[in-house]
Amino acid sequence: MKPTLDGPSLSPLPTVLPLEHSISTKSPLNVASSLRGTLTLSRWWLWVSAACVLTVLVFVGCLGLGTQAITYSTIIAVIMEAVAGSSIEQGLNDPTSVILLHVRMPRVLLAFFVGGSLAMVGVALQALLRNPLADPFVIGISSGAALGAAIALLFGLGISVGSLSALPICAFAGALISLTIMYRISSAQFGFSVYTLLLAGVVLNAIFSAFIMFLTSIADPNRAFGMYAWLMGTLTGPDWPTLGILVLYLGAGLVILGMQAQSLNLLTLGEETARSLGVEVERVKKMVFLAAALLTGAVVSFSGIIGFVGLIIPHAVRLVVSADHRLLLPVAGLVGGMFLMLADTVARTALSPSEFPVGVITALVGGPIFLWLLTTRQTQLGMK
Amino acid sequence: MIPNVAYSLDHISFSYSKGKNAASEAVLKELSCLILSGRVLGILGPNGSGKSTLLKLLARVFRPQQGTIELLGEPLSGLSQLDVAKRVALVPQETLQVFPFTIAEMVLMGRSPHHQGWGGWHWEDSQDWAVAQNAMEELDVAHLGHRLVTEVSGGERQRAVIARALVQEPKILLLDEPTAFLDLHHQLDIARIIKRLNRERGLTVVLVSHDLNLASQYCDQVLLLNHGRLAAMGSPQSVIKPNVIEEVYGCSVLVDRHPQSGLPRVSLPV
Repeated sequence: MKPTLDGPSLSPLPTVLPLEHSISTKSPLNVASSLRGTLTLSRWWLWVSAACVLTVLVFVGCLGLGTQAITYSTIIAVIMEAVAGSSIEQGLNDPTSVILLHVRMPRVLLAFFVGGSLAMVGVALQALLRNPLADPFVIGISSGAALGAAIALLFGLGISVGSLSALPICAFAGALISLTIMYRISSAQFGFSVYTLLLAGVVLNAIFSAFIMFLTSIADPNRAFGMYAWLMGTLTGPDWPTLGILVLYLGAGLVILGMQAQSLNLLTLGEETARSLGVEVERVKKMVFLAAALLTGAVVSFSGIIGFVGLIIPHAVRLVVSADHRLLLPVAGLVGGMFLMLADTVARTALSPSEFPVGVITALVGGPIFLWLLTTRQTQLGMK
Repeated sequence: MIPNVAYSLDHISFSYSKGKNAASEAVLKELSCLILSGRVLGILGPNGSGKSTLLKLLARVFRPQQGTIELLGEPLSGLSQLDVAKRVALVPQETLQVFPFTIAEMVLMGRSPHHQGWGGWHWEDSQDWAVAQNAMEELDVAHLGHRLVTEVSGGERQRAVIARALVQEPKILLLDEPTAFLDLHHQLDIARIIKRLNRERGLTVVLVSHDLNLASQYCDQVLLLNHGRLAAMGSPQSVIKPNVIEEVYGCSVLVDRHPQSGLPRVSLPV
């Protein structure tokens, strides 16, 4: 039965006036006063280039520090020579250049890539789950990746097939599985719950850790010790080819993630609102999952479990710079990289000549911040 | 295509559950109706009658399992999410935000459907700013541009969310309980703004409300839902009658005339 339409007779409809009609014509290129502070291209460049300059300074600074201090003029000279490619033979004979180019620089770069990736994954997961406490470590993505990597290591899958090592692939699979479980759990309950997510993260971490402990206990002691050290989060020196493979994974992940920046902004308003603003929510979710698993998997297979970087860096950058993901993602990436380069420098110089896992530092810094957020931001998190 | 029809719904059914239970747990059942352009339509009904769900189907946040919806003469299922967002804006019942976005940033997000850059990447241009500034002035939130979404009052946030919907430059504005959490002053404020947008811009408005009196005063038409089915549709005078309300809500009410407008006014008996 079709309902009948009664009521007032159909009067001629007013024409739809586009909004521009009533715009007072001010200087068109000026941002109106109430919109000041929102992101513009020039503001974006300003922040990103400032962060880049700072990153380069921190990078060079960290290169100079170590068991053997290297002066900055030497660093610059060696880098210049290496870039010019003029005296590779001579460079190989000079112990300072060897330390710098083949030990310290790959390690500092690894710290940068790992820190940056963790921070960006943190940003993306927080937006997707609308939870400022989400972090690849806290919600169990890192331990999922670690379990994948541990299986690969212990069952000899670590042997590379061609140039493609099975290790990061297994870690990627582990990260993807734990992400999927996590997401299912957090969206199974109607609405969005910070508690569910954090509790599920704790339990997932416990389950994956139990599996890893089981695997280490049946492995031969030498291997088990190496794995134990790796799990605590270390950045032991990679060689240049391995670093290249890591960059491949990270590059793919970053491109996918970067493309979702605007969608992530809209997703912070909730999935339904995002959809009403034109976001293909399911597609974006899949993309973010894929990228987060790629980045976490690659990072964990190279450096073990380094916690809390993805939690504190996004939070700090949001407070100081912007919550807009177009700016937040790259700046958090750079700041995360800087943070881990510095943390690792402390880890390898504080007790020189011995060193301790960088994960110790990030946990000691990040853990208290996490607790502080948990206790002070309850109303904001909708948890009171 | 009938020229002045915003939406045409043909036997739509929707259920949140899938599979065998879908039919028995359907939230909307075999619903058909026409929603006219340039009017204010109020969707009324008891709790759980499917009001908000219907609104979300109109915004294509969800898709009906059965039946078809036509938006301005085009099948809604054939449009992309972006195409829908250029025509229809949704103001949800509550806007939660846990991140420190400013009001201006949130309002500008409404421009997003008008940019189809590389994976949605775009920079706002002077037109976007002009549209946003205009909408913020219209909703009286221009002075709040730099404030955080999380720190303004409920009424201010609701006005900012409506401003965000306006910068989408939609032809149809959907509002879910726009006055639910507001005090009397702000209720009147929002109701007048909605009416003005409808009059001055010819914006089609569909709003869900619990407030029968508000709907009676401000809607050209009302649609009454009962257990996911259409109970009545028409002018407030023809729908808001004691016998109709009693049948749907299950309680008797007194209906007299509003002293100013002469439109139906509902009171609860003592």
